[in-house]
Amino acid sequence: MSSAAFIVTAILTLAAALAAASLPKLIHAALSFAAAFVGVAAFYFLLGAEFVGLVQVFVYVGAVAVLIVFTILLTRRDVKTSERFNWAGVVVAIAVFGGLLWAIFKTQTLAIAPPQIAPLTVKRIGAALMTDYVWPLQCVGLLLTAALIGALILVIEDREEVKKAK
Amino acid sequence: MSGNVVDQIFIRVKQWLLSWLSGAPDWAVQVASSLINIFALLGVFLTLFALISVLERKILGRMQNRYGPNRVGPFGLLQPVADGIKMLIKEDIVPARADKAVHFLAPILIAATAILALGVIPYGRNMTPFTIDGGILFFFAVGSTTELAVFMAGWGSNNKFSMLGAMRAIAQMISYELPLIITVLPVVMVVGSLTPDSIVAAQSRYSLGILPHWFVFTPWGAAAFILFFVSGLVESNRTPFDVPEGESEIVAGHMTEYSGFKYATFFMAEYIGMFAISGLGVTLFLGGWHAPIRALEFVPSYIWFFIKLSVLLFVYIWLRGTLPRTRIDQIMNFAWKFMLPMAFACIIAAAVWHYAGRRVAGWFWSLAVIVAVYMVLSILLDTRRKFAPRTYRFAE
Repeated sequence: MSSAAFIVTAILTLAAALAAASLPKLIHAALSFAAAFVGVAAFYFLLGAEFVGLVQVFVYVGAVAVLIVFTILLTRRDVKTSERFNWAGVVVAIAVFGGLLWAIFKTQTLAIAPPQIAPLTVKRIGAALMTDYVWPLQCVGLLLTAALIGALILVIEDREEVKKAK
Repeated sequence: MSGNVVDQIFIRVKQWLLSWLSGAPDWAVQVASSLINIFALLGVFLTLFALISVLERKILGRMQNRYGPNRVGPFGLLQPVADGIKMLIKEDIVPARADKAVHFLAPILIAATAILALGVIPYGRNMTPFTIDGGILFFFAVGSTTELAVFMAGWGSNNKFSMLGAMRAIAQMISYELPLIITVLPVVMVVGSLTPDSIVAAQSRYSLGILPHWFVFTPWGAAAFILFFVSGLVESNRTPFDVPEGESEIVAGHMTEYSGFKYATFFMAEYIGMFAISGLGVTLFLGGWHAPIRALEFVPSYIWFFIKLSVLLFVYIWLRGTLPRTRIDQIMNFAWKFMLPMAFACIIAAAVWHYAGRRVAGWFWSLAVIVAVYMVLSILLDTRRKFAPRTYRFAE
């Protein structure tokens, strides 16, 4: 990984993430969040995992960010946030950060040199998904289909109630 | 064939330009090579955009029995120059209550993503600007960010028409992204690769020297191509699916509050998106840069690509001149009840074609699958509503 590209991407991603956490307007925060997603995808590209990077953009920017933005749009706007400094949040944030830092430095894997692996092609991912991981894949598919049908059922019930009310 | 000088002339020019940098470090050569690709891409497609914007008006005029632009330059061909100058010197109006940053960024983002998508299409032999393993996925990943840009335009303008237009645009884009991607899957399945170059290479052979092995000539390919084309119409917000900017209802949709050069940027992004999706259609189904018959292979490959692209663009304009605008609920119903099941049928038909040996028998079996699904859908979706023939009282 070329270090110059890494540093530039890291600064941009962190700046976007910081903006997402601190901007006063929710919609700006959500859009910065999408920019942070793109930054994470850039990291995957730098690591040579093109497929993961593309899926990151596809799913997180194309779908999740749109979902977040719509959620903000469809809920109440201009809610006044309390100006008071949130000390509990600071404590939780520092605790989580410390925990993660401790866990990362404690792992042995950082010290071990990575083994030489063949470049990660789409074909290899597909083969792995269709052989070793076929059951988890099917389960995830079933879960998502169930969620989709569940959402539809919620909407349909609503409609019938409207008809009865008429 | 690969030694053909005319065919490879642009590659030679690029190599000649890069030979100036022979002593430079590796990264400099890489950057220079990318820059050459980018400038070539922008030059070609911005010229094509200028040309198409005037040709569209000429063709539409022809279809509607009028002249179209014919004042600037010979046959009105310099019209885009006049339009460009006009757009540049217009006042840039930003609404007082607009979300300035978002309002400003939206046209940039929408144009950037549209141009990025052009980068993975093979325009000729050895002429893919950026070869990515998974180029098809890149195309759709980049395209999916357009929705966010449209939302930014709608939200940032702080205008109810903008927001309504953006909502409509996002609704139809998300709905049609599904059939668009699923119709690409049969090709990816049959070729076994997500790289545009290998998809083109898989369509390079001919039967008897006159029948090219393009995927559009298989039943699943023909059905997938039509579905792909319709989805592409929706994704690029073209008539008959241009409800996001239905000017009779919501002014200009998410572009209502944009003026001058920002509006021109939206306009350009729409056309570039149209080129990109047509280019992908040519790559996937129409054999990319391959000649239609073997005897014509001496014509340079990029000329074939642009001929096919122009045919598709003409169909876009033709449809705009012919069809009225559909309603938003009709568009959504069509997407979920017809396009999606048909797209799945294409996958099954492609699998049948593959396992029946990719020969005449497979051809008929996959045709049977497509026709069966189409018949079932047309029976299920029949609304039993009968429409009397329209009578014209005054226009007879």
